[in-house]
Amino acid sequence: MLATISLTHYMVLSALLFGIGLFGVLAKKNAIAVLICIELMLNAVNINLVAISKYITPTLFMGQLFAIFVITVAAAEVGVGLAIIIAIYRNRVSVNLDDFDWLKW
Amino acid sequence: MEGIWMTAAFYLLAAIILGSALLVVLLKNIVHSVLWLAVCFVAMAGLFLTLDADFLAAVQVLVYAGAVCIMVVFGIMLIQRGDMGSTNLFNNQTKAAAGVVALVLAVCGYLAATTPWASPAAAVPENTVESIAEIMLSKYVIPFEVAAILLLVALVGAIFLAKEVKADARND
Repeated sequence: MLATISLTHYMVLSALLFGIGLFGVLAKKNAIAVLICIELMLNAVNINLVAISKYITPTLFMGQLFAIFVITVAAAEVGVGLAIIIAIYRNRVSVNLDDFDWLKW
Repeated sequence: MEGIWMTAAFYLLAAIILGSALLVVLLKNIVHSVLWLAVCFVAMAGLFLTLDADFLAAVQVLVYAGAVCIMVVFGIMLIQRGDMGSTNLFNNQTKAAAGVVALVLAVCGYLAATTPWASPAAAVPENTVESIAEIMLSKYVIPFEVAAILLLVALVGAIFLAKEVKADARND
């Protein structure tokens, strides 16, 4: 069971990585830390996509293609997210998410 | 014999990925967090190699370890001032977050362990780049173009967002 690597091993690894990223997203103060934890979560999804692509549909390459699209979207997200954080920092001189309460009623 | 090496490689890479991801979350200095994030991304490229996805491994190193990490470091250098040693702290929701994460892990682990996965039908072809290019530029050409437009929009949007506030600050 432990000697040969199966799809379940990759699934568990990806679930653990997703959990670490989710914990960071929920429990971090710094907006940039939240952004990089979202990157960890997206990478966990990529592991799942590529592992399923290898173990279930090895000749279709759908999973690898989707992983490439996920990487593209993640790169765009980091760019826009950092721009938003820089813009907010110029207004508020803070990156602490608890300070951002414009929409709070 | 090859199976043993693949197993060893998987466990080694998994340990590096999980360890560096934990350090990303737990370290108090955000620059150190980003450096460990780069380690995590490079180890993940190695994991993609064990999954016969060599093109994706190259993309992972180029885009994530190269571009994203450097961009985040630049962002930190534009933003953070003062004491770097306490720039990456936890808020007061850690217990609720741990509960949510435990729930997600339990559901994911249960589903991953109980789902009857189909056994691999065939081996992954040798030339992954050719196969990916074939479906990317034929069947999935519209998502490919949309991704290109998305990158352009993100580029313009990032410039606009970072510039707009500067203009406001000058007016004040």
